[in-house]
Amino acid sequence: MGSNARIAGAGRIDRMLPLDFTFNGRRLQGYAGDTLASALLANGIHLVARSFKYHRPRGILSAGNEEPNAVVQLEQGPYTEPNLRATEIELYGGLSASSVNCFPSLEFDFGAINGLASSILVAGFYNKTFMWPRSFWKKVYEPILRAAAGLGVAPDAPDPDTYDRMHWHCDVLIVGAGPAGLSAALQAGRQGVRTVLVEEAHELGGSLLSRPAEIDGLTGAAWAARAAEELDALPNVLVLNRTSVFGYYDHNYLMAVERRTDHLGPGRTPGVARKRLWHFRAKRVILATGAHERPIVFGNNDLPGIVLANAAGTYATRYGVSLGERGVAFVNNDHGFALAVETHAAAGNVPTIVDARDAVGDALLRRASQAGIQVLRGSVITFAHGGKRVESVDVRPVKGTGMARIACDHVLVSGGLSPAVHLYSQAPGKLRYDAQLACFLPDQCIQAVEVAGALNARFLVGSALADGTSAAQRTLSALGHPAPATPPVQAGDELHIQPLWSVQSLLGETLPGKHFVDYQNDVSERDILLASREGFRSVEHAKRYTTTGMATDQGKTSNVVGLAILAGSLGKSIPEVGTTTFRPPFTPVTFGALAGRDRGTLSDPVRMTPMHAWHATNGAVFEDVGQWKRPWYFPHAGEDMHAAVARETKALRTTAGVMDATTLGKIDIQGPDAAEFLNRVYTNAWTKLAVGSCRYGVMCKPDGMVMDDGVTARLSEHHFLMTTTTGNAARVLDWLEEWLQTEWPDLKVYCTSVTEQWATTAVVGPNARKILEALAPDMDFSNAAFPFMTFREGVVAGLEARVFRISFNGELSYEINVPAWHGLALWTAVIEAGQPHGLTPYGTETMHVARAEKGYIIIGQETDGTVTPHDVGLEWAVSKQKDFIGKRSFARADTSRPDRKQLVGLLPKDKSFVAAEGSHLVSGPGRAAFDPARGSPSIGHITSSYHSPNLESAFALALITNGRALHGQTVHCVHAGGLQPMQVVDPVFFDKEGKRRDGID
Amino acid sequence: MQRFSLLSLLQNSLSGHTGWKPFWRDAAPKQRYDAIIIGGGGHGLATAYYLAKNHGLTNVAVLEKGWIGGGNTGRNTTIIRSNYLWNESGALYEHSLKLWEGLNEDLNINLMFSQRGVINLAHNLGDVREGIRRVEANRLNGIDGEWLTPEQVKEFCPIIDISKTARYPVMGATLQRRGGTARHDTVAWGYARAADSLGVDIIQNCEVTGILREDGRVTGVRTNRGTIMAGKVGVVAAGHTSVLASMADIRLPLQSHPLQALVSEPIKPIHPCVIMSNAVHVYLSQSDKGELVIGAGIDAFNSYSQRGSFHIIEHQMAALIELFPIFSRVRMMRTWGGIVDVCPDASPIVSKTPVKNLFINCGWGTGGFKATPGSGWVFAHTIATGEPHPLNAAFSLDRFTSGALIDEHGAAAVAH
Amino acid sequence: MLKIACPWCGEREEMEFSYGGQAHIAYPKDPHALSDEQWAQFVFMRDNPKGAFLERWVHSHGCRRWFNVARHTVTHEISAVYKPGEPPPAGSR
Repeated sequence: MGSNARIAGAGRIDRMLPLDFTFNGRRLQGYAGDTLASALLANGIHLVARSFKYHRPRGILSAGNEEPNAVVQLEQGPYTEPNLRATEIELYGGLSASSVNCFPSLEFDFGAINGLASSILVAGFYNKTFMWPRSFWKKVYEPILRAAAGLGVAPDAPDPDTYDRMHWHCDVLIVGAGPAGLSAALQAGRQGVRTVLVEEAHELGGSLLSRPAEIDGLTGAAWAARAAEELDALPNVLVLNRTSVFGYYDHNYLMAVERRTDHLGPGRTPGVARKRLWHFRAKRVILATGAHERPIVFGNNDLPGIVLANAAGTYATRYGVSLGERGVAFVNNDHGFALAVETHAAAGNVPTIVDARDAVGDALLRRASQAGIQVLRGSVITFAHGGKRVESVDVRPVKGTGMARIACDHVLVSGGLSPAVHLYSQAPGKLRYDAQLACFLPDQCIQAVEVAGALNARFLVGSALADGTSAAQRTLSALGHPAPATPPVQAGDELHIQPLWSVQSLLGETLPGKHFVDYQNDVSERDILLASREGFRSVEHAKRYTTTGMATDQGKTSNVVGLAILAGSLGKSIPEVGTTTFRPPFTPVTFGALAGRDRGTLSDPVRMTPMHAWHATNGAVFEDVGQWKRPWYFPHAGEDMHAAVARETKALRTTAGVMDATTLGKIDIQGPDAAEFLNRVYTNAWTKLAVGSCRYGVMCKPDGMVMDDGVTARLSEHHFLMTTTTGNAARVLDWLEEWLQTEWPDLKVYCTSVTEQWATTAVVGPNARKILEALAPDMDFSNAAFPFMTFREGVVAGLEARVFRISFNGELSYEINVPAWHGLALWTAVIEAGQPHGLTPYGTETMHVARAEKGYIIIGQETDGTVTPHDVGLEWAVSKQKDFIGKRSFARADTSRPDRKQLVGLLPKDKSFVAAEGSHLVSGPGRAAFDPARGSPSIGHITSSYHSPNLESAFALALITNGRALHGQTVHCVHAGGLQPMQVVDPVFFDKEGKRRDGID
Repeated sequence: MQRFSLLSLLQNSLSGHTGWKPFWRDAAPKQRYDAIIIGGGGHGLATAYYLAKNHGLTNVAVLEKGWIGGGNTGRNTTIIRSNYLWNESGALYEHSLKLWEGLNEDLNINLMFSQRGVINLAHNLGDVREGIRRVEANRLNGIDGEWLTPEQVKEFCPIIDISKTARYPVMGATLQRRGGTARHDTVAWGYARAADSLGVDIIQNCEVTGILREDGRVTGVRTNRGTIMAGKVGVVAAGHTSVLASMADIRLPLQSHPLQALVSEPIKPIHPCVIMSNAVHVYLSQSDKGELVIGAGIDAFNSYSQRGSFHIIEHQMAALIELFPIFSRVRMMRTWGGIVDVCPDASPIVSKTPVKNLFINCGWGTGGFKATPGSGWVFAHTIATGEPHPLNAAFSLDRFTSGALIDEHGAAAVAH
Repeated sequence: MLKIACPWCGEREEMEFSYGGQAHIAYPKDPHALSDEQWAQFVFMRDNPKGAFLERWVHSHGCRRWFNVARHTVTHEISAVYKPGEPPPAGSR
């Protein structure tokens, strides 16, 4: 075999553009227009891979997306990509690829030793052994099995490429630009409808590029080029090449991935997204996805050099590559027969056709004989000889005797065609089995879809063209466009196939060699028969037990063959056994393309308050609260979190602190029924709240569990401003709107989120009043004029503001709201005015310490969806008179139990012991560990835990079973293998009388 | 039962593997059974097995409308763990995990149970708090659990990105070392084989179309293969439970949703454990074939089709790449969907019903696979004795009336 | 990805909407007159049919309005969309 197998003058490659590349370290040359597979074959390289289980030598089987064998690792470093099919890789200069799953080399692979043990390594062998001794599984067996698994390797560095998303609406989406797809696109495009034509290859034409045809006086390829030009010129038509439609979802939503730069080589197109993920919403779809050729199962049918007839034709015609000196074709249908003749015409190397059929059409026989091809009718190949390349085949008649051994260096196989029903099946469309054509065909689908071409059993160019036109006409008329009503093209039998799945089962005897069905997963006919014998008679069982069709090619060449062998073994017909379900994706899709730009900081929106820049400049450490970035604490130089929080907390209690409270949810509620509405959603009463006053409220879900809390102010008779917890803001608005719209549409109430419209600055502490007085000289901040739980409007720091006197920390506290765009101005004014008064910025951690000292709960921390208002000591906020959402649930047996978990305070005996939040509590050392007879000793858990400089002690809040009855008693916190005693106390630790909220003067 | 062992494998290889017998008989329905299990998934087959093994009840049929293990048993991400928060859940799932640990021997089949460790990541302070709460709760329930710092997470799973610059950096994690994965299909086949050997009839392609009752008591079922009488009937049909319950005029607190998952093309071993993240919402393991197995949340809408919407997958892959940037160039090979029956409190119902001798086992939502042995164990007890096992007493239908829910939503991660 | 026709905005992608479960479950007139069992029916029990289902959606990232949809839970075909308070179109169930 020479190292250059190019056929002079043939192919659609550019001989002026030679390209260097390496395979397994060998420097080789191909041409622009080659695939990696065609370039390897042109260099005489047929052995390209090792199989998954037995490490058998494997060659290139196909010329397209169905390739099971030729799986390679492409490129190195961060650009490396595992498991690509050589048949799909467009060659570029400098390409570097290597075989996967072989060690130390492709030529000499240690793993091939598995082949010797193949009599043991049958389907499901691992389920039957590796069980003894038990301890060996984790340490010995499993690591060995796993190490043997997998094909290529993942990169070890992040992906340097970027990926984009596109969304596209169209009238007609046509998948596949072979003859049927092109003719459909021309028909639709000329009518002016929004048309998209998607083609997987880089060139439109499909089989027209590799098979002789004459259309309108042009060659197939020239006609395709003219069609492509016309479509390009139509403004209503979008043509996408190098784009694979991989998923067909509900309501005609189809997903595709476009490869934009892979053909140029890695890292050569900076700034260009490598792939685009297309989301199509089509009014109607035309699938013209073609068909895959099937192999025939015979002895050692996996040897390198044994290829699909269609592939041999494609390599010869399209790429100008001869697969060898002497080929034998093995077919059972006209399609394969014709391809053998065509290949011989192009490469002059297929002198023999072995046809399993007795009857072959005269026209074909004439063509063969004119070309000087010998046709052995009624014969089959039983066995292929060879090691790393086929050397000869055994041929014998189906009936009668007489074995002939024919020397050859490649074999062309065609066992029939399987229309690429994958997308149609995903839609989901039902399939029917056509016994005459020996294939599954589209039958019925709930979606607006037509099928055309080979997918619709129009395998010949002429009928495929007509079928595409006809599908487009049906589509156009469904869209309301006038279209000539030509009747659907009646298909004749274009295959004349005589079904032949396995030579062994045809002959009814056991033949030597291995008889492969799924090449990549090394599933042989024997495995399928074993599955059938062991009761795996459902096609899904057989698939899963043998792993047929579960490799990276997802069984494009093996599914139907495996199914037929299973059916044969069960004595059933193929439709009785039925096919497996096709699932997306049709071809593998890069994870990065699915993630798109949603990575890093773009993976989720980052919400920042208007004061964020100040916080960042002043050294804030931020905490993620939902999507918000909130200052967690403001460390000074040399301070850790503990020191910073101690300082901030001290300031808040002794001088003043300032916090950015903008992130709290704010919902503007207006309408004549607003008060009544609040009555229904909050547990307490709202009708009598005076204008200008505020009230704390709790809302529950219908199950009576606390959902959210916050302070709501009555701005005017029919106007309220509700605040919610930061993380719940959107959920609460949704909740309010849901009840208003779906349960109480009679209420005249309107809710609007104003969270982002207002910036909120909380000024807190004994000096808060002085600071506010300095900022707003026109306002009266005295307790009499501006009492607790009221709000006033006025001018603060020259800005129109709403000031709320509410407190989440027990101190005198004012929350100043200004329109968001003034937020930073107000904040800086407050900082300046506060300087003489010891004003200290503080973050969420200090807020937590201060509120916990007062026993104020945090939704999501003291509550977890299983806690009622009573459980956390909020019974004072639960109305006994009126109904509200969830009230009925309080009366249920479990919800009204007196010994539920209840909120308590805890003071550690060791004042320096700050328990981890989430720690559990037990009653004492005698009941501190799990006891199988009694279960968990936990009596509850710590919900909040801090050190308090004001208490000069650590302290905690906890939910404990029957906790209120335990006040004064000691419980123990389970900590680092030991127990820490803690005393149960009232959850209000600081200023129980509430004197400080008015300021200490 | 034909024993599986290296020896039997060797012996059979000498005879070309022609001596292997079916895993289970292809049984035809009899006229009457002591108990009928509706649903031939892992849970139903395990129930039948334990009915026979633990309770001596062998005149039992498992009715499967399609092929056994074809529902959620064969459509999950095979994660096994027992690190649930509440005592009731912890006890039930831990019983299940203990059964897993001896199941190869019990069923005489290699389920490829791989105790690789399950990590649940924390990405914010609320996650940290809940993670510690869970680990501590587990330990006090006799369940192994550890809290890991980000550095310890990196040590356990070196390929994860713990950099502080991530949108939601890893702040810690829980680890259950005894957690892991198993081969899902084999679980169904193993239970079927073991139950069959004890005399249970496994009847495939047998769809129940009606539940027969007399005087408030179940008497049998109507099927596409005729009427079959039964002393007791257990419904364990996952996503289709509501449909079957409605045949007995029972309304359940269940909603059926699509749950999608996917695998990558097989790559060489690189991911040593199971990683789950609720906050960025994805979970990941690597199968013994080398595929990355990836799951996320359910589709929001009710559905009985095993299909979901693609944006769910796009979101979960974005989350995955955020945690594992090195997987960006790996490719998605196969996706699939199951139908999960979700309860309001994200806990199952294993219970008696208002119809006497009719029992239900449902509501396992997205996490039923791990519970297969334990679920079968307690459901068999419930059916055999007519009363719940102590481990499933709390998982009764009554809890929705009493309010004693077992809320395993992962304790609402809402922050102030 | 479902395509849902909001009664106010027209056809939009599913991602713009949020799901609200079974439609036509009215809040009880007097919850306190109900037994615990009846209350549990309202709070927790829902139809979950395989086939036609009347369900609620809200156009969260659009007009934010709730509406009802008649959808088949196997084929996902939407046979009707109607506003709150309107009865389900004949034959949609």
